[in-house]
Amino acid sequence: MATMAQSIRMALHFAEENLQVKDIFGQDVGAPMGGVFTATQGLKTAWNSPLDERGIIAMATGIAMAGDRCVAEIQFCDYIFNTIDLLKIAGNTHWVSHGNYSVPMVVMTPVGAGIRGSIYHSHSFDAWASRLAGWKVVMPSNPLDAYGLLLAAVEDPNPVLFLKPKALMRVRGEDLIPGEPDNEKDLKRMIDGPIGDRSQWKPTWPKLEKYLVPIGKAKTTREGQDITLVSYGRHLLLCNQVADDLKERNILIEVIDLRSIYPYDWQAIKNSVLKTKRVLFVNEDTEVTNFGEHLCYRVTQELFYDLLARPRVLAGLQVPGIGLHPNLESASVPERADIEKAVLEIIGEVP
Amino acid sequence: MMTTKSVQKKAKENAHKRAPKNAKEALKRPSKTVLPPAIKRPLNGFVRQNSLGLSDLKLLSKELLLKIYDLMVKSRVLEERLIKIYRAGESFFWIGGPGEEAWGVPVGLQIRKGRGPAFDYLHLHYRGTPTLVAMGMEMKDSIRLMMNRATDPSTGGRNFSNHYCFPQWNVVPVSSPIEVQYSTALGTAHVQKRACQQGLTLVTGGDAGTAEGDFASCLVWASRPGRELPMLITVQNNRVGISTAYDGQHGEKEIADRARAFQIRSRQIDGNNPIETYLAIQEEMTYIRKTGRPSFIEAKTSRLYGHSSASGANLAQDEIDGLKNFENLLLKADFLSESQQQNTWKKYEVEGIQAQNEVRAEVQPAADSVWDLIYVNSENADWRKF
Repeated sequence: MATMAQSIRMALHFAEENLQVKDIFGQDVGAPMGGVFTATQGLKTAWNSPLDERGIIAMATGIAMAGDRCVAEIQFCDYIFNTIDLLKIAGNTHWVSHGNYSVPMVVMTPVGAGIRGSIYHSHSFDAWASRLAGWKVVMPSNPLDAYGLLLAAVEDPNPVLFLKPKALMRVRGEDLIPGEPDNEKDLKRMIDGPIGDRSQWKPTWPKLEKYLVPIGKAKTTREGQDITLVSYGRHLLLCNQVADDLKERNILIEVIDLRSIYPYDWQAIKNSVLKTKRVLFVNEDTEVTNFGEHLCYRVTQELFYDLLARPRVLAGLQVPGIGLHPNLESASVPERADIEKAVLEIIGEVP
Repeated sequence: MMTTKSVQKKAKENAHKRAPKNAKEALKRPSKTVLPPAIKRPLNGFVRQNSLGLSDLKLLSKELLLKIYDLMVKSRVLEERLIKIYRAGESFFWIGGPGEEAWGVPVGLQIRKGRGPAFDYLHLHYRGTPTLVAMGMEMKDSIRLMMNRATDPSTGGRNFSNHYCFPQWNVVPVSSPIEVQYSTALGTAHVQKRACQQGLTLVTGGDAGTAEGDFASCLVWASRPGRELPMLITVQNNRVGISTAYDGQHGEKEIADRARAFQIRSRQIDGNNPIETYLAIQEEMTYIRKTGRPSFIEAKTSRLYGHSSASGANLAQDEIDGLKNFENLLLKADFLSESQQQNTWKKYEVEGIQAQNEVRAEVQPAADSVWDLIYVNSENADWRKF
């Protein structure tokens, strides 16, 4: 099975061959590196930009205004913060121009902790991104969804932020990408650049097929009736693990992979919470004005009298960054044990 | 509007500027010996005097000079109408470009106008009225924007005056954050470079905004070796940013020097001189279309009514008025009669009043339209309806 980095690379290849993507760019995105996570290796339209995040976002906006399709990358979301007003402009252009201009661009950026990345390679961006009106924001938890969401993002006529959970970039999925060879060694030989000199190397792409994950559609990854866990990205996998563990203790957890942060699949959340009557929102962005708080607010407003326990948000601590030492990182973002503990507390709450 | 007496007085004051003794003599000069003003007149420091001379009239056809004049008057009258609308309480805020007509009109007249990469893209700041008037914008459309009507073609009543957007002419939305137009312009120029159809990207902005990082981004990305972009990068230097004077903020000798550091062809011109501006724009656009490389112009301009209505929008007494100087020159050269002059101002004054009256009666944006067009095709963006 492909890793998430390979699936993103294959999606981008499909997009440049079939969806009119003409530019894939950012710092170290082109040859020889092909991206710090190798997600852009071997792509014919990939190129290196100056080390200038504002320039990258602005260039993408201008390309989109001129009618071409592009995918831009900010190397780590920790460095996207100086582009906020440009992201706002990309998001408000269609509205403020009364529909005169659309900005169909995709911005990819790795997010989150989990790789011992210290303060400036561990930020999350989902809560910030959810406040960028006019953007769509997606975040996959597995390679197949990464492939499908990225193609959907490229096809979307609006600006789309594609958040890459960096700790999952080397994690393999459980499903084949449509067109991917069965043997992962074959895939590696075909599309992974060699170590060392890559100046003569060219990938051999498998015959890929179009596969879309609709933006705004969640996926239920575990079915249960005792509590709903809503998450995305890296923490979705932790929620799945907790659900599998507690199933042995006869606690049945329903896990929803939101996949799209905005627009989000409220109907999926609502239907599940109406069934389980308990809910926990899990993500690793900092806890104050966290995106999970918005979802939690909505649950209290619309489903209050259907609940058997207080809805809760489990998120990263409101600290300036993720400390490098494992003790500091573990203390800053939700771990598997934290999720399990919160689940048991909510389950134990009696109205 | 100028009186005949004041026109004559001004003309007399400016008569000393150049060697020719009279209009006849000046116009007899063989054109081949006359270099473009931008080349023969290096500008060190700020222009605080009228650089227009009778011999300049030889550089462009009479027909074109009168066309430039007519559009400059139209733009000025329109901007003054917008200020009157603000003062009458029929709008919330005014910001615009009176004083930049001698720069903006020659620019607008030379734009390759159309939609798509084969045509020129315009990334304007909020002093672009003269350029758009020269391109054919109706007064009414500017007034619709000023009076935030639903009929406003640029924003549908969502943004300030002079925040134009005309996709049919590649005029991308003007944005209030200072200087971001310099970096987004890179994208349209990049697409034009790929298209190889000689379209170029024009970007305009003020001197104060050059302190922003986007200005540096523009110079860096536009000049990457082997990947140079077809851009006309311009700065309108009126030596003040809102209320902060240029002198205490700029250590560089000229803003134009910053472009030179990136091997970008660069020049400084008197933006209050429409003839010099026209020729400079013509020359630089030709260079860009021919080479696909960027070019830079720093135009010294005036700001006649302050930054915006926030500072009163009152007429500045100590600024050069490029329009009035040009008008005086045309009168002196008998290119323009006094009656033509008066009729020109009157014609546009009447047009502006009529447009205001019509726009006043036009429909206002509906409250429930606030969710419209956030996403393309007005796909739902309201989380309450997810």
